Amino acid sequence: MTEKIIFAGFGGQGVLLSGKLLCIAGMREGKYVSHIPSYGAEMRGGTANCQVIISDEEVASPVVFHPDIAIVLNTPSLIKFEPRVKAGGLLIYNSSLIDEKPSRTDITVVDIAANDIAEENGSSRSANMAVIGKLLKQKPELASLESTIAALEEAVSARNRKFNPVNEKVLKAGYAA
Amino acid sequence: MSDKILMKGNEVLGEAAIIAGCRYYFGYPITPQNEVPAYMARRLPQVDGTFLQAESEIAAINMVFGASAAGARVMTSSSSPGISLKQEGISYLSGARLPAVVVNMMRGGPGLGNIAGAQGDYYQATRGGGNGDYRTVALAPATVQEIADLTIKSFDIADKYRVVVMLMGDGFLGQMAEGVSLPEPSNQKFDKPWALSGAEGREPNIVASLRLNPEDALEKLNDELQATYTQIEENETMSESYMTDDADYLLVAYGMSSRICRSALRALRKEGVKVGLFRPITLWPFPEKELQKAAEGKQKVLTVEMSAGQMLEDVKLSLNGTADIDFYGRTAGMLPDIDEIVRRVKNYGK
Amino acid sequence: MESKGAQFEYIYEKPESLREVKTHYCPGCGHGIVHKLIAESMDELEIQDKTILVAPVGCSVLAYNYIDADGCEAAHGRAPAVATGLKRVHPDKVVISYQGDGDLLAIGTAETIHAANRGENITVIFVNNAIYGMTGGQMAPTTMDKQVTKTTPYGRDTSDVGFPIRACEMLATLERPVFIERTSVHDVKNIRKAKKAIKKALQNQAEGKGYSFVEVLSMCPTNWGVDSQTAVAFVKDTMAPYYPLGNFRDR
Repeated sequence: MTEKIIFAGFGGQGVLLSGKLLCIAGMREGKYVSHIPSYGAEMRGGTANCQVIISDEEVASPVVFHPDIAIVLNTPSLIKFEPRVKAGGLLIYNSSLIDEKPSRTDITVVDIAANDIAEENGSSRSANMAVIGKLLKQKPELASLESTIAALEEAVSARNRKFNPVNEKVLKAGYAA
Repeated sequence: MSDKILMKGNEVLGEAAIIAGCRYYFGYPITPQNEVPAYMARRLPQVDGTFLQAESEIAAINMVFGASAAGARVMTSSSSPGISLKQEGISYLSGARLPAVVVNMMRGGPGLGNIAGAQGDYYQATRGGGNGDYRTVALAPATVQEIADLTIKSFDIADKYRVVVMLMGDGFLGQMAEGVSLPEPSNQKFDKPWALSGAEGREPNIVASLRLNPEDALEKLNDELQATYTQIEENETMSESYMTDDADYLLVAYGMSSRICRSALRALRKEGVKVGLFRPITLWPFPEKELQKAAEGKQKVLTVEMSAGQMLEDVKLSLNGTADIDFYGRTAGMLPDIDEIVRRVKNYGK
Repeated sequence: MESKGAQFEYIYEKPESLREVKTHYCPGCGHGIVHKLIAESMDELEIQDKTILVAPVGCSVLAYNYIDADGCEAAHGRAPAVATGLKRVHPDKVVISYQGDGDLLAIGTAETIHAANRGENITVIFVNNAIYGMTGGQMAPTTMDKQVTKTTPYGRDTSDVGFPIRACEMLATLERPVFIERTSVHDVKNIRKAKKAIKKALQNQAEGKGYSFVEVLSMCPTNWGVDSQTAVAFVKDTMAPYYPLGNFRDR
């Protein structure tokens, strides 16, 4: 199993953290992982993305241009990354913030109202957790929900760990959605 | 369960330096290595170390000069344009026989270029960017784990031979995070009787590269340096040969581009194309004999770089007309395309 | 004063901290005097075996051949950065950054200002002779208005290359330096004052007080193209009025 994933959204949506969380969860299950953030000038203008690989074998090139899975949290990210998803791949989009529907028919498209689910469960700031929950449900081979919940402590900075109970709740809600 | 931790290349570099006993870091901010000074600023005070943000890369490398002359393990880091500024200091360190570790997380050039990862400073690192007949050992990690391991090694090589060791990463390697097991310290100890500490109870020491008398002083220093470099070539050359034995074709790449080649190799092998990968880990000394062995009998050697073809020169010099050599490179922070490597290698068979 | 022999008494001796070597400095040059003042101060403060001298690029590039202590080279202008590295590793030693005018105020201006601004606990001795000596008499940042040098053959034109820079005044705008003084070695009275300032600057460091800076106006008859007497007069009558002698800070 080798899954190449792109997480994308605007700054503050926790895109980099999402990738990190999934990496740590996968790593704890003995998988090889890599995580490359967009950085510097690329980040100006408010969009952020990270490229993540979760694999049973050592990661060769960590660069993801055509992902197996794209997770898009806002409209600019949908526009940018939908065309890049590999045929037969998976696109998960945040329908709380994205009005138009993805148009491709050769990939699996899954929507999740991430902000709404997060808000119902404590805070819309945890919308990224709802999406990860959904992803884990769709692709259980990446990591288990339990490993991901356990990885929160390590992935989330000390400053924000107080939000982890909410994060966990939203993760589960996204998984169940 | 794995005991690995997820760390960025730039951060693990800092932690590994601390494990290696480095307690002094001097640097100046430049993307894409800003996590290094940030990490050192946070961590060094916790281990009674000194972090100092210098007024320039030039000042930073000269603070390194002072701390090294004082006998300390010391490091600086920067990215391409900043490394250009440090070249004077690197030449002086080499002439004064001072050990130091200098990290270059390379980015696109020339000039200010851009901030994406690149490999355009190969010449600068292996040919000497500063003046005079000197060499810097240049180590090129390809994974975050290897950044950690080679950082430890860098300090040992620097101290053992009294030379500057350059750790050659790139923006991608510095920014990316992977699982890493923090390395153990090597615990090698190196006496530094030449170090400056005030001449209490001994004759004064002088640390200098200046030798005004050409015949018996400056040339003697140069002879000593060259003898040291010969020893380093004999003892410290490192490389990896991956699936080269049965291969018809050979890819040659280092650092980030070697990982792209590995992906291409997997794709090609799946299709039954026998291709191997040769990866220099030391860019200087270049693993000449090892490459000759890996390239023996290959129908084609494809050198892949994130540059316009700099290591290519060493590949050509090493193989010296015995192999058919092709080159594929991207510059400006662009990455070589896996599909293009696959296409080329398949084409060689036609 | 130690008495040796029956009839004679030593009233002047070579300082312990000065090596027994022939000078390579030109007749009438001030560097030898400044070296001696540093060595005397080291003796009196008993810091010879604690001292690390950083030599600049310039005529005093071989200063460590005179001062009998640990010595360190620095690239042109970088002496304060090298001194910073040394001092950070050995905070209990005495680190002297000995610099000329090109080193301190042209190529090394950034290092000069930032080491002072950080308040590095080092001692900077700045020998200002208004010219580049080692390279054969080119304009320095401290070359006087209308002064003829190899690279100002028609005299320094301040409308073209600016006015000579006053180091002490500039550094006195910074908060961290604890001691800033301009002295001169053009006559005995001023040599004594220079000695006092250098000693104080070293003592400050030994006591952990912080950054101390002593500028010394000095003669370069060879590159000025004058005899020693005229050189002394140039310091007294031309340099000193522009570079006022005295203390700028003493905390």
